[in-house]
Amino acid sequence: MSMIVTGWWAWSRRVRALTLKEFQQIRRDPSSYLIAGLLPLLLLFIFGHAVSLDLRSVAIAVVVEQATPEANSLLESFRNSPFFHVQVSRHRADVQEDLVAGRAKGIIVIPADFAARVARGEEAPVQLLLDGSEPNTAGLVAFYASGVFYSWLEQQAPKSPGLFARLRGVPGITVVSRVWYNADTRSSNCLIPGSLAVIMSMIGTLLTALVVAREWERGTIEALMAMPVGKAEFLLGKLIPYFLLGMGAMAIASTAAVCVFRVPFRGSPAMLATVSAAFLFSMLSLGLLISTVTRNQFAASQTAIIATFLPAFDLSGFVFELDSTPLPIQCISWILPARHFVSALQTMFLVGDVPAVLIPATLALIAIGCVPLACLIAITRMRLE
Amino acid sequence: MADASLAHVQDVSRWFSGALRPAIDNLSMHIEPGRVTGLVGPDAAGKTTLMRLLAALLLPTSGTITVCGHPTTGDVSPIRNVVSYMPQRFGLYEDLSVAQNLNLYADLSGVVGEERREALNRLLEFTRLAPFTNRLAGRLSGGMKQKLGLACALVRRPLLLLLDEPSAGVDPISRRELWSMVYDLTAQGIGVVWSTSYLDEAERCAQVLLINDGQALYDGPPAELTARAQGRTYLVATLGTERRQILARGLRQPGVVDGVIQGSNIRLVMASGAAPDAAVLGTSAANIVATAPRFEDAFIDLLGGSSALESPFASLPRSAAASTVVIEAIDLTKRFGSFVAADSIRFTIARGEIYGLLGPNGAGKSTTFRMISGMLRPTSGRAFVAGKDLYRGGGTARRLLGYMAQKFSLYGDLSVRQNLRFFGGIYGLARGQLTAAVMQMTEIFGLGAYLDRTTRELPIGYKQRLALACAVIHSPHVLFLDEPTSGVDPITRREFWAHINALAEQGVTVMVTTHFMDEAEYCDRIGLVYGGRIIAEGSPDALKEIARSHPTDQPTLEEAFITLVNRSGDGADAA
Repeated sequence: MSMIVTGWWAWSRRVRALTLKEFQQIRRDPSSYLIAGLLPLLLLFIFGHAVSLDLRSVAIAVVVEQATPEANSLLESFRNSPFFHVQVSRHRADVQEDLVAGRAKGIIVIPADFAARVARGEEAPVQLLLDGSEPNTAGLVAFYASGVFYSWLEQQAPKSPGLFARLRGVPGITVVSRVWYNADTRSSNCLIPGSLAVIMSMIGTLLTALVVAREWERGTIEALMAMPVGKAEFLLGKLIPYFLLGMGAMAIASTAAVCVFRVPFRGSPAMLATVSAAFLFSMLSLGLLISTVTRNQFAASQTAIIATFLPAFDLSGFVFELDSTPLPIQCISWILPARHFVSALQTMFLVGDVPAVLIPATLALIAIGCVPLACLIAITRMRLE
Repeated sequence: MADASLAHVQDVSRWFSGALRPAIDNLSMHIEPGRVTGLVGPDAAGKTTLMRLLAALLLPTSGTITVCGHPTTGDVSPIRNVVSYMPQRFGLYEDLSVAQNLNLYADLSGVVGEERREALNRLLEFTRLAPFTNRLAGRLSGGMKQKLGLACALVRRPLLLLLDEPSAGVDPISRRELWSMVYDLTAQGIGVVWSTSYLDEAERCAQVLLINDGQALYDGPPAELTARAQGRTYLVATLGTERRQILARGLRQPGVVDGVIQGSNIRLVMASGAAPDAAVLGTSAANIVATAPRFEDAFIDLLGGSSALESPFASLPRSAAASTVVIEAIDLTKRFGSFVAADSIRFTIARGEIYGLLGPNGAGKSTTFRMISGMLRPTSGRAFVAGKDLYRGGGTARRLLGYMAQKFSLYGDLSVRQNLRFFGGIYGLARGQLTAAVMQMTEIFGLGAYLDRTTRELPIGYKQRLALACAVIHSPHVLFLDEPTSGVDPITRREFWAHINALAEQGVTVMVTTHFMDEAEYCDRIGLVYGGRIIAEGSPDALKEIARSHPTDQPTLEEAFITLVNRSGDGADAA
């Protein structure tokens, strides 16, 4: 008879054996470390460069109907603006087509009697045509275009004070705005920490979504269940390896955010690790639950992406401000781990360790994670039923 | 508990949701230590469900199961500690090495220290896997996987060992070795349950439970069942060329329970009191000799016989084909990386001939098959079907072919009628022809009652009929059959071969791959495929002749196979 160990020691030995097995499989299966290592970097790169709320070099057309010195001087102002890439034309008809086709995001018409209009102090000396089908861009173009126009006026003021003072109205209180935490209002400083949360939502879930389904598909779960393996050992054997892998992925992605995308990090690594651990716990539990329910790798990966990536993108406050959404949507957003993680990450990157934000977020993440875990414990059977 | 039985199954039924009948239907049995109990029956008979019930992986809907004194409905841990279970596909982690698999199972069983070293060494020696400890389990041959699966189940010494289809898809040599290992275990007092759909394996068990449709048909020693057919089995010698007609005539004779082709002989099982009639068969009485019954004869008898199967194809007009050589393979070779799946395969098949590629899973049958039928580009060599190289543009030639793939490749979501119309359509039947052809197939294969049923819901026997119907709906001259009868019961298999025999008589050329030895007996010629090569070729009788050591010897095709593999020098590699 072989010597059979029992009790706590045998229990921990089984957990260790299952964890080791999972690591051995990860090592042989490129998809696991591609998901954990390469995918976060790839997504971060896409988000970091593609998702930007800043206006830079937007194509516009400036129609100069008559090349008066004033008109040329205003044109130069537009040309010198970093926000615009200017195409010049004589006739509106030449560029209207570009606006319709989306090649130009706006048309600024400097009329032939521009100087005279300005002199008369008319309300609209220049005309701005915008593409209303992209309202956000249109708004930004309008905002920056009027900015260019008013600074041009200011430059002109010393030359002929009488003329331009009327137009500018009564100079009185000037608003000087100051943006805290993101002084140069680079949207990427805010978007990259947010996208880390979105990326890790998907990756955390995807890592575990495949693993139970894989055991079902390959028929190995049957052999495992016929061994003296309990529910706790089985689940821990699945959670521990992917928790470590997920933390590794988070470390890689955060490092890339700071070193490659030059996002400031003002919190502490320990705090980042703590909040990330709470977040991963909730995402890995959800992934395991999906895997256990679907028993099929394809269905599990589809479900994992739809259940995490899309809500995280739309409802986490990563791009779309949640304060302006209807109340029911705001309520839904509170049960999303990504929402808490987005605000925690933005706080740690841009502000620092603010306990008033981070402690509630961590607790919320743990609480949310307990729901799929409880379901998982309830539906996991060491039988094929 | 007073008696020594390891497991008691009492009036057990098991239903699955959505099923029309129970998977296990009011079944009772018991399992004794120190011997092999065979769970024998066709696929989908309920063998795996019963195995899982015994392993406490499934619970009975009604009835009780007690394993080693513990009811399976209670706490499973005492059962898990004494029962080892090897599921189908052996339960191995294919992306782990041999040693990693063994260590995992040792850890999970809590076998440690000196005991563990001893157990692992003993098992590696027992299974002769010691030279392969670092090889990935997925890279092992079928036979080696099977042994590793067994070793994993034996890391701790169980009281009861459950083996679910351990011999499926494993070559005959490994199968034989596994049996001798299992006899070693029973000699040590371990109770073994071995499930199989190979009826010839039943004779190796001490006790057999024969199940069909979830019901126990027989429970007892196999010899007792075989004895029931005593004096009712006959061999009819033929010239070989006329054997298909003689079989067809034989099956028409009243009193014939079963008839199969065995090489150039016809094997007939008669109802009690009946005897074969030479005049009806169209042969002389001297050709008919009594023979010893086999387990399978008694099994078919128990199921009510397979006679009165006559294929309507027999009454159709003969198709015309031009040449005599219809299929030709010239040094076909296929390499996948460094792995040679097929190595210089060469054969020719004449019109109206049934040619079989016989060999275990992974031997290269399907690769060869796919190269011939134009689905896979050969690394070197060429293949011609009806004079055309199908890979390099034989578009119109494909209409002359019928192809029945493994697992049938039907559209599960379509109805039977839609499948027939679809396959008829892609083989180029015009609208008017199509309707007539669908009607004809419906009649021939008895699909009328199922025409508008969703294919997925069909019983497996009907799926198989439909798959054949879809392959022949356009009256092909050449028929390719890839493992056509795996997963169907012996009666359905006989019916299938009645159709194939009739088609061959009509002049249709048939190429078939199989790993069933009894199926190979129907072939006119067999190519034995092993390790990517054809190691022998000839009629079933010619191959058996090679394995004959005494003039009185009657070796089976399986014995011939083993002899030929050993002679080809690859025997050691297979083990």
